[in-house]
Amino acid sequence: MSEMRDILLEQVERLLADQSGPETLRQVEAGVWPAALWAEVEALGLPLAMASEEAGGVALGWDDAVAVWVALGRAGAPVPLAESMAAAAFAPAAGFLALAQPDGTAMWGRAAAQVLAGDGALHAAGFTPGKAQPSNEPWDRATLPGGEATLLAGALVNSAKMAGGLEAVLTLSVDYANVRKQFGKPIGQFQAVSQQLSQAAGEVAAAGVAVANAGRAVARRGLGGAEFEIGAAKVITGEATALVAAVAHQVHAAIGFTQDYHLHFTTRRLWAWRDAFGNERFWAQRIGRAALARGGANAWPDLAAREDG
Amino acid sequence: MVGLRFDLRDTPPEAPALRAELRAFLAEAGRHWSPRVRAYSWMAFDRDFSREVGKRGWIGMTWPAAYGGGERSFLERYVTLEEMLAVGAPVGAHWIGDRQSGPLILRLGTEEQRREFIPRIVSGELAFAIGLSEPDSGSDLASLRTRAEKVPGGYRLNGRKVWTTNAHRCDFAITLLRTSPAPDPKLKHQGLTQLLVDLRASGIEIRPILDLAGEEGFNEITFDNVFVPDSLLIGVEGKGWEQATSELAFERSGPERYLSSLPLLTAAMDSLHDEPAAPEAVGRMLARANTLRQMSLSVAGMLQDGEAPAREAALIKDVGNDFEQALPDRIRALYAGPMPDDVAEMQTTMNMVARSYSLRGGTREILRGIIARQLGLR
Ligand SMILES: Cc1cc2nc3c(=O)[nH]c(=O)nc-3n(C[C@H](O)[C@H](O)[C@H](O)COP(=O)(O)OP(=O)(O)OC[C@H]3O[C@@H](n4cnc5c(N)ncnc54)[C@H](O)[C@@H]3O)c2cc1C
Repeated sequence: MSEMRDILLEQVERLLADQSGPETLRQVEAGVWPAALWAEVEALGLPLAMASEEAGGVALGWDDAVAVWVALGRAGAPVPLAESMAAAAFAPAAGFLALAQPDGTAMWGRAAAQVLAGDGALHAAGFTPGKAQPSNEPWDRATLPGGEATLLAGALVNSAKMAGGLEAVLTLSVDYANVRKQFGKPIGQFQAVSQQLSQAAGEVAAAGVAVANAGRAVARRGLGGAEFEIGAAKVITGEATALVAAVAHQVHAAIGFTQDYHLHFTTRRLWAWRDAFGNERFWAQRIGRAALARGGANAWPDLAAREDG
Repeated sequence: MVGLRFDLRDTPPEAPALRAELRAFLAEAGRHWSPRVRAYSWMAFDRDFSREVGKRGWIGMTWPAAYGGGERSFLERYVTLEEMLAVGAPVGAHWIGDRQSGPLILRLGTEEQRREFIPRIVSGELAFAIGLSEPDSGSDLASLRTRAEKVPGGYRLNGRKVWTTNAHRCDFAITLLRTSPAPDPKLKHQGLTQLLVDLRASGIEIRPILDLAGEEGFNEITFDNVFVPDSLLIGVEGKGWEQATSELAFERSGPERYLSSLPLLTAAMDSLHDEPAAPEAVGRMLARANTLRQMSLSVAGMLQDGEAPAREAALIKDVGNDFEQALPDRIRALYAGPMPDDVAEMQTTMNMVARSYSLRGGTREILRGIIARQLGLR
């Protein structure tokens, strides 16, 4: 863990604690660009953090960046900072940089100075609103050059945000289970409830490890050399979302089904992020096809060799 | 996450060379292992194989050289374990001694016990069983009743242990016994003591029990006035519960808690090229295997640092058991027609053996209870 990461992480966490919450997320969903928050992250130099020093950054590594994105995800990622950081790692430039999926959709495209497209280059583009998302975050659409240049980075960004969102959902659910009383005791004392939360905790832990592992792999071998780990992270965070969101809503029952209570901000985001930049099926197929082509005899040696020096 | 830490670890620098050595050995040794043997893996007992493993220095790898140990790192040991499990090696004759009994004797045993037992565990000569469960005490282990009554020069044992894996093939069992009655049911953890029991001692009857797949995998042991000398007391009389539960981080954290069924995945892959559902299914399984491996390595790293990550171990065992237990069914679901013979043999056996994954070493429900407490559910 680098010192730089600790510093940035602390800054981001403080900023999110002070200036973000359900109200910010509600504004985002109404299509209001979080200008004040973005101004703060820019003032801290965060969007360019992954760029080289000559380009105005601090050359933050992918593994450290992932830790920052997890923190963003914990807070529901009220600003598209993760996307902008990843885009700037390819092509540093001033302002908010959107990150387009291969089909030309990009979160907050309408607010972007430029967008990193599938060809790996920045473009200025006119965006129109895209398809509705469970998160109501503005996913906008533009006609852009196709290609997969952003696919791996986008999958990593989204699985990192999911790892954070999953943690937040678990914490909220455990806290609720400790305070909500029925039959004269906290519902968390019922095994039928606590066993579900324990299972969810296993998935949350797995998601965190899968994402950290992907960040480490990219830091070591570049995005291209970490396709397996990134794909695995997207698969595991996607699978974890299915279980953890289901458990969280079951434990919260009716209150969690409302707009008023804030559980939905995170679960709806998890459901949106798991479809961004390739869902579980997409990535599992890629990983699986590559492994089947290598054959059963290589499957274990390939896995074991991944982090051997 | 909520007090549970899984910091990433690297495999040790020695890993590539060690793996090459292990793979060459396992390829040769494994030429005649049947799919059924591989399906049992760390419950499969093969003393000759364990002696060969011992000869190569792969038992007691982290233990002091004074007792024949290898003084290598926990992570090197980890590499050795995972290479054995990945091919379904029949490691049952040395697994328990290496994982639990040896470390226990080194930590709490007398100098005499260390000299007596450790070198012979290292060489693969001595096989250990775990004598915890009883007919009326499973998950509620502390309720156990088998008595060890103090007599001049030792203890006299009466009662029964059950489900003791491979006891009829082993030399010794580390047992947990009641040396004094619990003062009241709430204090049942008191008065328990760990004794090393020579399974050939007079008064012991070991009756193998057929498991559902048709193997004599475990046993019922009856103790009828069995004398155990004082020299086989482990640690302190009356401290058995604390001692036994401190083994749990070792017992639950290893790669055998997620890898038990991996040999089936790799065996099946080559017959699945034309199956349209295979890439996704295989991809999901490999994604999970890789993630569990990183979690498991993380726990091995904590053991290396001298920590006792019992709660992390419970969590990885739970997530790992789910994965390894579901695998045989997921493989089966990929075949519309018959599986190739060797895959079918392994799948059929493993599907039965897999029922035990979420039972042995603490059931799923017990593990989730431990995790719940760690989460702060009160
Ligand atoms: C293949 C195999 C090998 C084994 N090898 C050994 C060995 O070598 N040595 C040894 O000592 N033991 C061994 N065991 C025994 C194993 O440790 C026990 O099976 C296990 O501890 C559960 O005990 P039980 O079978 O008596 O089930 P029980 O404890 O009776 O449990 C039955 C069911 O009730 C659930 N349950 C129990 N208590 C609770 C609770 N408080 N909350 C929620 N649910 C609960 C359990 O999870 C389980 O689903 C082995 C078991 C198997 C299957």
